[in-house]
Amino acid sequence: MKIIISNASQKPIYTQISEQIKNQIISGDLDQGDPLPSIRKLAQELQISVITTKRAYEELDKEGFIDTVGGKGCFVAMQNKELLREKKMKMVEDKMLEAVSEAKLLGIELKELKEMLTLLYKEEE
Amino acid sequence: MEHAVQIENLRKEFKGFTLKDVSFNIPKGYVMGLIGPNGAGKTTLIKLIMNLIRKNSGQIRVFGKDHIQHESEIKSRIGFVYDIPHFYEDIKLKSTASAIAPFYPKWDQDLFLKLMNEFSLPLDKKFKKLSHGMKMKFSLCLALSHDADLILMDEPTSGLDPVFRQELLEKMSQIMLDEEKTMLFSTHITSDLERIADYITLIHNGEIIFSSPLDNILQNWGIVKSEKDLLDKTEIPGLVGYEKTNYGIEILTSDIKTAQTLISSDSISEKATLEDIMYFIKKGETHA
Repeated sequence: MKIIISNASQKPIYTQISEQIKNQIISGDLDQGDPLPSIRKLAQELQISVITTKRAYEELDKEGFIDTVGGKGCFVAMQNKELLREKKMKMVEDKMLEAVSEAKLLGIELKELKEMLTLLYKEEE
Repeated sequence: MEHAVQIENLRKEFKGFTLKDVSFNIPKGYVMGLIGPNGAGKTTLIKLIMNLIRKNSGQIRVFGKDHIQHESEIKSRIGFVYDIPHFYEDIKLKSTASAIAPFYPKWDQDLFLKLMNEFSLPLDKKFKKLSHGMKMKFSLCLALSHDADLILMDEPTSGLDPVFRQELLEKMSQIMLDEEKTMLFSTHITSDLERIADYITLIHNGEIIFSSPLDNILQNWGIVKSEKDLLDKTEIPGLVGYEKTNYGIEILTSDIKTAQTLISSDSISEKATLEDIMYFIKKGETHA
């Protein structure tokens, strides 16, 4: 598991942690059933507070990415493939939504935005 | 939640300074940072917990027990670091340690020697020959050598170089692996705290401004900057203090989310650091 924390980021530290773990689960770097370091162990290694780490794990637990087993610790939850795909779709949607609202602010019309998207999509291929 | 230290309506009067009936708890298993400007009452508070000075009124419970009735039992479980370490000047460090060790049932000589080595402290040197930084390190070394359940440190990082400050933070987070341990440390170098502290208690003029989880503070407090004088027309929610310059205004609020929705788009808002908070609270006072 890899986690990099930035002090300069506007995002709170617990979000930085939960997002990075989430991405590693979605990308398959972390497999279902894989154990996560204990809250206190992770806090020690990242040299951040226990509450912050706890909060990151709570968030992941709430969203169904990890299971907390009392007395044993936290594990990557069983992910059903479709659910995972849906979650990834949701991430794409969110990013697009961001792009749309930025575009609206700048007064870019839908047609123009579509063209931009098509161009970017093709460039990636 | 279990508390390692419970403080209720604690009052201490000095000439020219009063600790005004403060109450707060230190949850067991966590790190609390005690911050505030010089003369705010940080050291007084820590000395009161240790019963080094007498309180006027109020109650302090450590590990659930009255701190005076069970003084020696409680103290044997506390590791304490003073802001200015005082030990016998003319005695070698190893002899100081062996004089102190019998007071602690859980003294661990091997751990002590290991720490002395880690901190590069010479066992055969006399205390008076040490630099300020080394004295501080020695004091820490003693405090950490008896498996204390509560570690109280008054300005432990003052006078230490950045490399050692980092080492100390590493040591602290290592200790906190054990959920039975609790830590309170005071400092005015707040950057030391911003990552490791679970809770922050801010004290100012003998009063507690807040005592809450650091995450909440960093999330709710913020600074609004604008060219215009926002205070003219809008009531800023959670206003704590502000600073006007020729070029605009900076406002500290304890409710940045609501404030953000009220202010115009030509102003920007930023996260507040603990230092900002300390500074603006001092400012807010002079406006009042």
